[in-house]
Amino acid sequence: MDMVNLKVNGISVSVPKGTKIVAAAHEAGVKVPTLCYLKGVNEIASCRICMVEVVGPRGNSLVPACAQPVKEGMEVLTNTPRVLDARRRTLQLILSDHNKKCLSCVRNGKCELQELCHEMNMDDEDHFKGAQHLPPVDDSAVHMDRDNSKCILCRRCVSMCTNIQQIGVIGANNRGFNTQIGCAFERGLGETSCVSCGQCIAVCPTGALYEKSYIDEVLAAIADPKKHVVVQTAPSVRVGLGEEFGYPIGTDVEGKMAAALRRIGFDKVFDTDFGADLTIMEEANEFVERVKTGGVLPMITSCSPGWVKYCEHYYPDQLAHLSTCKSPQQMQGAVTKTYYAKKAGIDPKDIVSVSVMPCTAKKFEIGRDGQEAAGVKDVDYVLTTRELARMIKRVGLDFRSLPDETFDDPIGESTGAAVIFGATGGVMEAALRTAVETLTGETLARPEFHEVRGQEGIKEATYNVAGMEVKVAVASSTGNARKIMDQIRAGTAPWHFVEIMCCPGGCVNGGGQPQVPASIRNFVNVPKLRADALYRNNEAKTIRKSHENPSIKKIYADFLGKPGSETAHHVLHTHYVPREVC
Amino acid sequence: MKSQTLPFTGTPEQAAELQKVIAELKDQPGALMPIMQKAQGIYGYLPIEVQKMIADGTGIPIEKIYGVSTFYAQFNLQPKGKYRISVCLGTACYVKGGDKIWDALRKKLGIGEGECTSDRKFSLDSCRCIGACGMAPVMMINDDVYGRLTVDQLDGILAKYN
Repeated sequence: MDMVNLKVNGISVSVPKGTKIVAAAHEAGVKVPTLCYLKGVNEIASCRICMVEVVGPRGNSLVPACAQPVKEGMEVLTNTPRVLDARRRTLQLILSDHNKKCLSCVRNGKCELQELCHEMNMDDEDHFKGAQHLPPVDDSAVHMDRDNSKCILCRRCVSMCTNIQQIGVIGANNRGFNTQIGCAFERGLGETSCVSCGQCIAVCPTGALYEKSYIDEVLAAIADPKKHVVVQTAPSVRVGLGEEFGYPIGTDVEGKMAAALRRIGFDKVFDTDFGADLTIMEEANEFVERVKTGGVLPMITSCSPGWVKYCEHYYPDQLAHLSTCKSPQQMQGAVTKTYYAKKAGIDPKDIVSVSVMPCTAKKFEIGRDGQEAAGVKDVDYVLTTRELARMIKRVGLDFRSLPDETFDDPIGESTGAAVIFGATGGVMEAALRTAVETLTGETLARPEFHEVRGQEGIKEATYNVAGMEVKVAVASSTGNARKIMDQIRAGTAPWHFVEIMCCPGGCVNGGGQPQVPASIRNFVNVPKLRADALYRNNEAKTIRKSHENPSIKKIYADFLGKPGSETAHHVLHTHYVPREVC
Repeated sequence: MKSQTLPFTGTPEQAAELQKVIAELKDQPGALMPIMQKAQGIYGYLPIEVQKMIADGTGIPIEKIYGVSTFYAQFNLQPKGKYRISVCLGTACYVKGGDKIWDALRKKLGIGEGECTSDRKFSLDSCRCIGACGMAPVMMINDDVYGRLTVDQLDGILAKYN
């Protein structure tokens, strides 16, 4: 590799050719502040916060460190009076049209703009008097709001939606001072074919984008003595939540999370991982049935509600490929209000079923048709990982000093197969563990399928199962889903079984997970660190196959019969509807 | 914020013409602007129905098309009237009272910048200098130029257009 030598603030550093100054400075241990720049997502050098001085023969020039590649012998100065003055001026301009109600802002204390103002010692004066935008909040979507009064027009959300997810329902409208991020013909986000993935929220540096929050409703239900309030937590929540309490990225806080939920006052603390094991039982069975009976192949997973909604909008002619299985959240909710309700002798109408998810599309999913196994909604409220953190803080729990606790029976026990659902490839691996043993009738020596692990956007593998070649594919992000689906639509897809997750890297990187500031995200593979924690959790489990989960065996023996039974179909399966692109 | 006020009256012939344009251009790099220009040539403006046709035909998200249509002044989101009124608000016309002509026309026609009357007779735009500063303040209705205007002449001028 061609290396380039340069100096950053006098510190010598050698980096590969083509490296941008911002990364070279990081290599030299120097932080260059950024706002619009998000590596691999948004590299448009529009905000001008990252300006640095480059020493030149005819005087020094100011260049954007996020976009300028390094040159041999380059001398970069990142904190001269000229640089600091330019940055401060840019911040003053941004603040001149920013709604500075930080105290009541959802990002207070976690805002990249606020942090920058703090670092730059900004004052409160209006340096540029003039018009200010105070656009109304777009609250038309079921999963999130957009408050453009907090928007700094960095376009990270637009790049994420358009280039990574390749959906493009948001963009910059109008021109100059009137520029606003919004939807076509100024419609609300809820009127478009937005799939609710929340990746726009995940990359927003300020409080312009945030999930619709149900913390108050959940706390009110807990305070109501007539309500039996149960909670379930998705696999990825346990490896994201800790970040909100100062733990390093990739820390598994499963035990403390269970303890926190109990102390918040939930009557039962269940685990979506049980629902995930149930999903595997049904999905593996559905796959085996499709293979045996010549059903529609490839079969595609249906755990990710953002992916399902994407398929309904953009590939409505391909819905027969989707597994009819409900997602783990909905299966867990469904057995909560049927199986558990009966066992506990509680009227399902008196149960408030809450889920904690790394996901914003889950807020959409609970309102879908065909998600009411007991005649009432399977899940009543969805909280994101971020909301759970806020809730824990609000009720005054010292999270770090909590003991490690476990989940409640009879729908809290789970396997290593379930916990890896949160990583791209995890559902495929979990399903293979069960499907292969079902098809061969033999026990796998090592229940691991390394080919489908890892952070690549599309992974493919072929397995020989009982004399049959099984070709599988795994994709994460709707941009990659598009590549898979175009092949399926064209009839050229070689696969039998496909896993698709809406968010890049899978649920560990979901739109409801703690936001990681660009200053960290630009240099650390966040989804990988979180996924590694899930695989460690899997390794630590004695039972790593869904069909070996004793609680799963029990629910089939006591209630569901066998996978794919009439009861299972009524409780655990659903249907899909074609939607338009708009 | 621009909003649509008049119903879309596109014909199947216009749609067929647009489909032909899209089929011809869509695989070229940078096809969006020429397609939008030709679409505006066919329909006179780019309402949601037309932008949707472009989106469906090209696979480009409609928001991107709308973003382009609101960025460039050359694209109209409102239909133009049979008679297109263009009031100069350039420096010379402005100091000679162009703003009063502008305000009076907006009031008389009941429409704002870029809009069209519901009978589609008049549409109203402001412009910056048509090269007739000696006659300020001026306005144009289609190709007719009216100079040294006063507010009380406007009724008489509008009455000439039916």
